[in-house]
Amino acid sequence: MSTSVLFDVPGPRARVRNHLLTLVSVVLVGAVLYGVYRGFDAKGQWAGKIWEPFIQADTWREFIIPGLIGTLKAAAAAAVLAMLFGMVFGLARLSDHAWIRVPAGVIVEVFRAIPLLLLIFFIFYLAPSVMGGGDYAFFAVVLGLTLYNGSVLAEVVRAGVLSVARGQSEAGYAIGMRKNQVMRLVLLPQAITVMMPAIVSQLVVLLKDTALGYIIAYVDLLNTGFKILPAVFFGSLIPAAIVIGIIYVALNMSLSYLATWLERRTRRSRKVTAGPVEPPSAMAAVGAGQPTGGPIID
Amino acid sequence: MDELITYGPELAQGFLENIKLALVGLVVSFILGTILVAMRVSPTPVLRAAGTAYVNVVRNTPLTLVLAFSALGLSDQLGLVFSDQPETNSFWLVGLGLGAYTAAFVCEALRAGINTVPMGQAEASRAIGLTFFQTLTMIILPQAFRAVIAPLGSVVIAMIKNTTVATAGGLLTDSAATMKIVFDTTGASIPIFLGVIAAFMVLILPIGYFTGWLSRKLAVVR
Repeated sequence: MSTSVLFDVPGPRARVRNHLLTLVSVVLVGAVLYGVYRGFDAKGQWAGKIWEPFIQADTWREFIIPGLIGTLKAAAAAAVLAMLFGMVFGLARLSDHAWIRVPAGVIVEVFRAIPLLLLIFFIFYLAPSVMGGGDYAFFAVVLGLTLYNGSVLAEVVRAGVLSVARGQSEAGYAIGMRKNQVMRLVLLPQAITVMMPAIVSQLVVLLKDTALGYIIAYVDLLNTGFKILPAVFFGSLIPAAIVIGIIYVALNMSLSYLATWLERRTRRSRKVTAGPVEPPSAMAAVGAGQPTGGPIID
Repeated sequence: MDELITYGPELAQGFLENIKLALVGLVVSFILGTILVAMRVSPTPVLRAAGTAYVNVVRNTPLTLVLAFSALGLSDQLGLVFSDQPETNSFWLVGLGLGAYTAAFVCEALRAGINTVPMGQAEASRAIGLTFFQTLTMIILPQAFRAVIAPLGSVVIAMIKNTTVATAGGLLTDSAATMKIVFDTTGASIPIFLGVIAAFMVLILPIGYFTGWLSRKLAVVR
């Protein structure tokens, strides 16, 4: 760790100490893993019989794949709508007209502060009384995700446009461009490159949050894999949780890697005048202070 | 408005449950998050790898799955029971699950804080002859601590919002579950929805303002 601000390059004594620490921690980590293994073993969770469903094509065809499609469908629809919502409201918050800027600001701040599950519940129960009977699980999940993530993305868009050096828009105005042209031809093309990593990491959050659909019985991966599948194959609950957990982690991690790759590419590029935008923190969601770029959660 | 008055006491009871969950989650996540960040910045590769693995797996798993697993898997199947009372049992399961989930984000916030301290600070302090512990306690940690106040504030706010997912962990007494049960009888009621949201905002807004104010006040000028 010679690159760490916390440690010097270790000398001979420190190296011996580090080796000892490594040994101790190998034993500790190994003990924890073995403890978990034994705990599962004692309850017979490694028995071949309960893992068997997962090597049969039917299980995947009937439960896991349809659930995965449900999850991806909701995520894709919500992602497109949220990006549209974010673009519209992000630009609206930058408007010169107070009658556009202020309501857009209020909407964005309010939807970012509402717990997402409450929003989904509300839409789920409100929809039938407004639009007549039917199954609104998909609708509620997508609209809830759109409103929440769209509001977060609106902040990303706003921060992205503001991060472009002032000289760029001044130069635009100086050569006689209109407001609309400056935004469309000068600011947005640069801002979008800068915003890409933050947008992708917000999409990871969105994909994760589709699992909230489980609570209102939307047919997603969590529902088919964790509720329906163990009901059919009795005793396979833990294996099911492990398998769909791996699917979720793999999906989200590949998206996260895309985000870091994009971020590195943005850093390398010299064409852009601004560094990558940090995703706004939830603190800014309640209107206090600058978006300082905390980790994205929830 | 009548509905909000009728069901107000139940909803308030549920909201109190959310606050209690948030407190449990806060304590658990800060303790576990600190241990994790110590592992992630330690000079021992095995501990670093273990910390990284935990953070990456937990951060990429939906909270709904974490909580549903702790209720159905850990408790029902593997026999991790905290209390004979089903409600108390699921309260602790959800609280610990929420804490274990949030710990990954606390760890990342703390680590980002350490990374904001420029290398030159450590180099300068060694150059003037400070020992390792002096460098750590007098130069690096004070600066790192100030940088993490605002991010930690947003982690806490997100965790308070996440207490509503307790339903997935089988806890049917929190405000989200209570709201759902009430909606089952009354249908979607705008006053009730606004009332519950207002309660959350009253809890969240001061935290946001306070941590924002504190981090601006203590910001290290560079």
